[in-house]
Amino acid sequence: MFRNIMKTAAIITVGTLGCAGLATTVANADEPIKIGTFLSVTGGASFLGDPELKTMQMFIEDLNATGGVLNRQVELIHYDSKTSSEAAGTFVKRLISQDKVDIIVGGSTTGNTMAVIKQIEKAEIPFISLAGAGVIVDPVKKWVFKTPHTDKVAVAKIFEDMNSRDLSRIGMLSGNGGFGKSCQKNARALAGGAGIQILADETHGKGDTDMTPQITSIKSTDGVEAFLYCGFGAPTSIVAKNVRQLGLNVPHYQTHGSASMKFVKGADGAAEGVRLPAAALLVADQLADSHPQKEITMAYKTAYESRYNDSISTFGGHAYDGLLIAIQAIERAGSTDKEAVRAEIEKTTNLVGVDGIFTMSVDDHLGLNKDSFVMVEVKDGSWMLVH
Amino acid sequence: MFAEFLQYLISGVTVGAIYGLVGLGFSIIFNSSQVINFAQGEFVMIGGMATVSLISAGIPMPLAMLGAVAITTIIGVLIEKFCIEPSRNAPVVTLIIITIGASIFLRGMAEVIWDRNFHSLAPISGDTPINIGGAMLLPQSIWIVGSLVAVVIALWYFFNRTLMGKAMLATSYNRLAAQLVGIQVRSILLLSFVLSSALGAFAGILIAPIAMTYSTVGIMLGLKGFSAAIVGGLGNPMGAIIGGLIVGIAEAMTAGYISSAYKDAVAFIIILGVLFFMPNGLFGQKMVEKV
Repeated sequence: MFRNIMKTAAIITVGTLGCAGLATTVANADEPIKIGTFLSVTGGASFLGDPELKTMQMFIEDLNATGGVLNRQVELIHYDSKTSSEAAGTFVKRLISQDKVDIIVGGSTTGNTMAVIKQIEKAEIPFISLAGAGVIVDPVKKWVFKTPHTDKVAVAKIFEDMNSRDLSRIGMLSGNGGFGKSCQKNARALAGGAGIQILADETHGKGDTDMTPQITSIKSTDGVEAFLYCGFGAPTSIVAKNVRQLGLNVPHYQTHGSASMKFVKGADGAAEGVRLPAAALLVADQLADSHPQKEITMAYKTAYESRYNDSISTFGGHAYDGLLIAIQAIERAGSTDKEAVRAEIEKTTNLVGVDGIFTMSVDDHLGLNKDSFVMVEVKDGSWMLVH
Repeated sequence: MFAEFLQYLISGVTVGAIYGLVGLGFSIIFNSSQVINFAQGEFVMIGGMATVSLISAGIPMPLAMLGAVAITTIIGVLIEKFCIEPSRNAPVVTLIIITIGASIFLRGMAEVIWDRNFHSLAPISGDTPINIGGAMLLPQSIWIVGSLVAVVIALWYFFNRTLMGKAMLATSYNRLAAQLVGIQVRSILLLSFVLSSALGAFAGILIAPIAMTYSTVGIMLGLKGFSAAIVGGLGNPMGAIIGGLIVGIAEAMTAGYISSAYKDAVAFIIILGVLFFMPNGLFGQKMVEKV
């Protein structure tokens, strides 16, 4: 009996010692820093998740080849959310409680991002989202940051370009999806301050096949000097074709939602002359050598294209910037202490990224303004930087 | 002022003709089986997507179009053979749910086989608009409306002058009686799927140069085509086409004269209004009288 008790005690002691030993190993500085991510590699938003994952894998591999951060290697733990909000929630839970990651950089869509914010805030872990909508950081959430431009910034850039061309009275058409609605709201809000008058304000439905009635009505509005379309996907090309059909001969603007070759190809030549704000990455090779983003965008473009034999997309750029911000914050914090890293992300200042130059603050968890966009125009089926 | 009206009318008739063609598919299958085939919109999508992929494979446009119609028809036959026919004794509601399942399956397959991008198709005869009294008409719109007229004439001939067509009509009037006089009602059901999928693919090819084509293009077109069939009276092919034109023109006029925000609402108000006063649709009643 006594011997049995002694035996059990010995086992427990050894076991505890063993565990303690293990715990020491975990805290050891030689353990890799764990960056968690969940992306829409398959499913509805695979066009976002695929380049994002490729970019992250390339970034981490290059980083580790040059010695990692804080003399530690970096490990990327990835789950495919399949663009499902439920799956995103499950994987974030796993990243936090099972994989015990130090920071999360991911979430390709606004839906996937918003679905995990509660968990992030509860677990108090720094999170950099790669999704578009302004609602992610507005109102500001302590642990949540994001890298892609918002429609508000895009509208501000478009209005600035209109001002420079002395265009002040515009007609606009917006899709009634989340992006189009938000863009329309911001355009209305910003117009007054920018000296822009919206004379015609039309919308179209999801899956609409023909927008000529709306554009006819804009065309017949007296005094329209420019046309702005807010939306993305197939309607961007349909609108360009309708504008050509109706012969609406005023400067035609679209948003960064159209900054994709699919828009140009889909419009069958009708996209010629359309102006839109886009990330500098889209025209990296046309940037002047003095442009602050020239070096980083060219480096990313060359590395990505030679490695994957695939053309770059601006979406991959969001992931690149997300990791860049995270790694630099960890470096400045000197540890992976979550609060310290979070505070350092918030202090990101003049960080030259692929998407723009980031300066974050307590009230701004995006850190990009309209100067992070360049204006491009479609010319001969390709993008031309507008100076 | 008149030029704008004309422009709205052109838009409405073009879009309405497509709704009508899609609605026609709903009506034909409904006639022979009382089933509302919610995969009709996917036939439209497959028609467009298959044409795009055949053309990019280097096949000339006319052949690619025929090929796409053939592919869609084969898929229509497979759905009938493996989804509808094995459960033909199930209640109609079950069959309708099966077609919803088939539509989700087809959309998923399209995303796997093709992609999620949107594609454009070159118009049949150029894209230089024709100026008619100040309104701009695309040559493709003439093709669409012309095709609709051709389809109407062909269907009229088929249903009134051929034995097969008459057998289909007879089955829709009274299935049991048709069976008793020796009509193979099972092959009639198959034939209805052949016709509907071919018509759907045809509509999909015609609209692609204007509206693009992508894996989910069939959802909204299917819904609008269904509305067209309901307005015109489910089961009446001519009704579906007139219903399509009514919905299309109403949408365009609302977007032009009232507010584009209410465009879809007005289309659905018309449907509600029609169903409220004429529960069988505009032309549904006549069918019953004929019986």
